[in-house]
Amino acid sequence: MAKVLVVTSGKGGVGKTTSTAALGAALAQAGQKVAVIDFDVGLRNLDLVMGAERRVVFDLINVVQGVARLSQALIRDKRLETLWLLPASQTRDKDALTEAGIASIIREMRGKFDWIICDSPAGIERGATLAMRFADAAVIVTNPEVSSVRDSDRIIGLLDSKTEKAEKGERIDKHILITRFDPNRATRGEMLRIEDVLEILSTPLLGVIPESEEVLRASNIGSPVTLNNAASAPARAYFDAASRLRGEDIPVTIYSERKRFLEKLFGRAA
Amino acid sequence: MSILNLFRRRGTAPVARERLQILLSYERSTRGQSDLLGILREEILAALGKHIQVDQDNIVMRMDRGATLSTLEIEILIPHAGIMLAAS
Repeated sequence: MAKVLVVTSGKGGVGKTTSTAALGAALAQAGQKVAVIDFDVGLRNLDLVMGAERRVVFDLINVVQGVARLSQALIRDKRLETLWLLPASQTRDKDALTEAGIASIIREMRGKFDWIICDSPAGIERGATLAMRFADAAVIVTNPEVSSVRDSDRIIGLLDSKTEKAEKGERIDKHILITRFDPNRATRGEMLRIEDVLEILSTPLLGVIPESEEVLRASNIGSPVTLNNAASAPARAYFDAASRLRGEDIPVTIYSERKRFLEKLFGRAA
Repeated sequence: MSILNLFRRRGTAPVARERLQILLSYERSTRGQSDLLGILREEILAALGKHIQVDQDNIVMRMDRGATLSTLEIEILIPHAGIMLAAS
């Protein structure tokens, strides 16, 4: 029986899609059967970040409307056998997403995967509320920056009131994933510290993803960062976060890119 | 600019540029128009439906959009029972 995870934030551009792809791939790399679903109707990008944009035939709304079967719309990753993508529709109206439709898709998928990861659109409109609606757990992607923390707080409120679990009086597991973290700036007092963010949001930490050139490099190529460069600092941080999602208790490490002597001298030649 | 920049391999940005060009040229050409792939799918299935009964689950469609050429691959599993039913 799958665990349904929503990756959300309220604010745009904080790294939801990057994190969905990286966590999904990291779980699949650990042998888990994973489906990632893009809920950003009209502005889909998970397909592009995962390098599947040329292979999209059907999408989420086709499945909701019964035009295609789930099995026809799921795209298997070319590199990882146990990773699948359900793309959002790029052309349809987002009102075509119905709660009943999503409920039935998630119900069907629960029996077939270990993890269903819902990539939420920014904002708090229909797509975002439907992405979180059936979640068992939430990853709230937060940058150490005032507007992002404020929006995360708003999203936490919605997770605690508008999800199916919350309405049934059950608890939804919430985790903060801090992305674009720069330890040097935090030490110099130029960036909110991790403890500050966690204290303000009073929610446990899933991981800290350092600001890194590797993230852009991976999205340029269309490969989750954990696949594109598994030894890089952000990839290691995502691997740790994925292990924590599976219940492992791992101390939080702030990874940094260790530059070799020659690279320091000459700049990175990659 | 470091010395090694002179010998630098191509970075990842050209890959990003090429991927975007392929994707956007396709998306721009389909914007505001009915979806060719959808039409082909409907018509091919309708043509098949005249002769045989095919379960949706037995149809696999794969797509690969390229810069100058795209492929649409349709795999249809036709159970013998389907042929008999449609013929009777």
